[in-house]
Amino acid sequence: MPGSPSEPHEPSEPYEPSEPYESAAPYEPSEPYDLAVIGAGPAGLAGAVTACELGLSVAVLDAAPQTGGQYFRHPAPGLGAARPQALHHDWSEFTALRGRFEASGVTHLPHHHVWTVRPPDGDGIWTVHALTGPDAHGGTPARVRARTILLATGAYERQLPFPGWTLPGVIGAGGAQAMLKSGLVLPGRRIVVAGSGPLLLAVASSLAAAGARVPAVVEASGYLGYARRPYALAAGPHKLLEAAVHGSALLRHRTPLRTRSAVTEAHGTDRVEAVTVSRLDRAWRPVPGTGRRIACDALAVGHGLVPQTELATGLGCATRRTPDGTHALALDALQESSVPGLWAAGETGGTGGWDLARTEGELAGIAVAARLRGLPALTRSRRARALARRRDRLRAFADVMAAAHAPGPGWTAWLPDDTDVCRCEEVTAGSIRGAAGALGARDARTVKLLTRAGMGWCQGRMCGAAVACLAAEGGRGGGRGDGAGGGAEGGTAQGTVPPSAERRPLAVPVPLGALADLPEESGRPGPPTDGPTADG
Amino acid sequence: MARDRNPADLVGADPGPPFEITFDGSAVTALPGQSVAAALWGAGILAWRTTRNGGRPRGAFCGIGQCYDCLATVNGEPNRRACLVPARPGDTVTTQEGHGHAGLAV
Ligand SMILES: Cc1cc2nc3c(=O)[nH]c(=O)nc-3n(C[C@H](O)[C@H](O)[C@H](O)COP(=O)(O)OP(=O)(O)OC[C@H]3O[C@@H](n4cnc5c(N)ncnc54)[C@H](O)[C@@H]3O)c2cc1C
Ligand code: FES
Repeated sequence: MPGSPSEPHEPSEPYEPSEPYESAAPYEPSEPYDLAVIGAGPAGLAGAVTACELGLSVAVLDAAPQTGGQYFRHPAPGLGAARPQALHHDWSEFTALRGRFEASGVTHLPHHHVWTVRPPDGDGIWTVHALTGPDAHGGTPARVRARTILLATGAYERQLPFPGWTLPGVIGAGGAQAMLKSGLVLPGRRIVVAGSGPLLLAVASSLAAAGARVPAVVEASGYLGYARRPYALAAGPHKLLEAAVHGSALLRHRTPLRTRSAVTEAHGTDRVEAVTVSRLDRAWRPVPGTGRRIACDALAVGHGLVPQTELATGLGCATRRTPDGTHALALDALQESSVPGLWAAGETGGTGGWDLARTEGELAGIAVAARLRGLPALTRSRRARALARRRDRLRAFADVMAAAHAPGPGWTAWLPDDTDVCRCEEVTAGSIRGAAGALGARDARTVKLLTRAGMGWCQGRMCGAAVACLAAEGGRGGGRGDGAGGGAEGGTAQGTVPPSAERRPLAVPVPLGALADLPEESGRPGPPTDGPTADG
Repeated sequence: MARDRNPADLVGADPGPPFEITFDGSAVTALPGQSVAAALWGAGILAWRTTRNGGRPRGAFCGIGQCYDCLATVNGEPNRRACLVPARPGDTVTTQEGHGHAGLAV
C-alpha cells in the first residue's frame, strides 16, 4: 500500500527466487544424512534444495510418487498433460523449484509413507520409519537416519458432518481438486461446492474450467472479516489477486457465491442427487425455513485445513491454537519446534498457502545449515531476514483468513442424532452426545474409548473436529437442524471449534510385523496403548 | 460449447494408449497414470465398498490417501486405497464388503 509508514505493513515485495546457494562442501549423499525432510510439497522442496545447496546431505521422503505436494499435485507422466499449468497458478515457479531440486543431488524417496520418527538415542541421530509402495500395502519397511528433521507434511481437510455426507458423490473439496489435478477426472457433471475457506473458490474455478457445472458455491462465513483487518490484507496482495482471479472465473462460469449459508443435508439413496442449502445465523445455526434444494450429482465440501502434525506431537513438540481452532506446531523465529533438531515448515505450522510454505521451507533450510555447519551468520543474512519478514506478513494474512472462516459454535444444530459422525466405525452423533452427556466424556479421546468414534482406519482425521465439538457441548444440542435448540453456547470458546486431540501413535496404519521390528527405546510412543490395534 | 469442456482437454492431455480393468466383472477403461479410483470415476462409478455395519456404499472421499473410505479389493487383495493404487492393465477390482483390518495397527 503506497505510503504505508511502518515496516510491518510495507508492500510485500514480490518473491524473488533465491539464486542457487553456493555450496561449500562437496555433496555426498550418505547415511546418516544431515537432514531428512518429510514431505515434498512446496515447504519440503524449498527446505531440501536450500539445505543441500548450502552443503548438507539431504533425503526427502514423501508418500506420493511425484513432488509438488497438494498445491502442485499434477498428472502422472502417462497422462501426457501438455498444459498442466491450466490447473495451477504459479506453475512456472514450481517447475523452477523442481528443476533445482532435481539438479541438487537431494535423495528423493517417493512412495515412502512415514509412520513414526524416533528421537536421537545418545548418538545424535534421528530415525525415520516408513512403509514403501503406492499405498503402503505390503510394502517393505524402510528407515532413514539423519542428524536433523524437517517436518513438511502439510494438512488435511476439516469436515463438519451433516445428514447425507456419507453418500457416494459427496467428497472433500480438496479431494475433488486432488482427483482432478492427478487423474483428470470429475465426480459428476453438476457439482455444488460448499463449506468454508478460500480453497472453495479455487476448487470451484478448477471444476468449472474442467467442464463441470457448478450451480453454487456455498460459504458458511461472510467475507466481512477480511475488511476489518486492512493492514494484514495489504500484506497479502498475491492472495487477493488470486481470489480476484478465482472470482472472475466464477463470474465467467456464472456460478453464484452464497455466503452465510451451508449445505445442511445431502439427498439420495445410493448417491447424492440434491442438497439442501440453508441460511446461517452469526453462530452458524441454520435459520428455520430458509432451506432450498439444489439438484446436483456431486458435492465437494470442506471447512478449511487441519495441520498434519502427529509425527511431531508424538515426540512432544509444543503446539499452538490457530485462529480457526486447529492445532499447529509452535515454532521459533527460525522454524524450529520446541524439540531441538526438529524443524517444521508449511501447513504443519498453520495453514497459509503454498507461498508461505516455500518461504518457511527456505528459511528452515538456512537455519538447519547454520546449525550443522556452525555458521550462525547464515541466519542473519539479508536473504534470511527478507524471508523472515515475508513469512511474518504472510502468516498475519493467513491468521486473518483463518479467523474469517472459523466455524461458528452453532453448526452442530444441523447435525441430527441419527447422522453418522465417524465414517469408519459408523458412530452416530447421538451416540457421541450420549457419551458426552450421561457418561461425561468431555474430549475426543474419552469419546473414542466409549464409542469407537475415531478408532477406525482414518484415526479420527475425518471426524475429529466434530467429535471434539460434540464432546465440548456435553451432550446438549442434537436438534433436528431447526436452528432453535442448538444448545451449543456453553461448550465452545470464542465461536471456534475446539481442537481435536491431534495424537496418533502411528501416522499410518502399520503391519504388526513392522512394529515388532522397532528397537526397544525408553519413552517411545508406540505401540499404541489406548486400544486402537484394530484386530486385537 | 461449455458442455464439451473436459479435464483432459483443459490440460492438453495426450495420454498413452487406454487399457481395460474390470470392476465387479464389467470392463472399465483406464488411462496410464490414473489411480484405480480415477479410472472408476472416469467410468461414472463412485462406490466400491460397503460398510461393515450398515452395508452402505462408499468410494473416494478425501482423494489423498487419508480417509480410507476408498478401500477396494484389487486383484484379490482387500484394503487397497484406490485413490493411491495406480491402475494396471488387467486389474480386477471388486467391491469390498465390510472391512477387515488385516493385521494392521491403526
Ligand atoms: C486435499 C488438499 C487439496 C489442496 N488443494 C489446494 C489448491 O488447489 N490450491 C491451494 O492454494 N491450496 C490447496 N491446498 C492447500 C495446500 O496444502 C497448500 O497450499 C500447500 O500445498 C502447502 O504446502 P506444504 O508444503 O505445507 O504441504 P503439502 O503441499 O500438503 O505437502 C505435504 C507433503 O507431505 C506428504 N506427506 C504427508 N504426510 C506424510 C507421511 N506421513 N509420510 C510421507 N509423506 C507425507 C504428502 O504426500 C505431501 O506431498 C490443498 C490442501 C489439501 C489438503
Ligand atoms: S479417498 Fe480417502 S483414502 Fe482414498
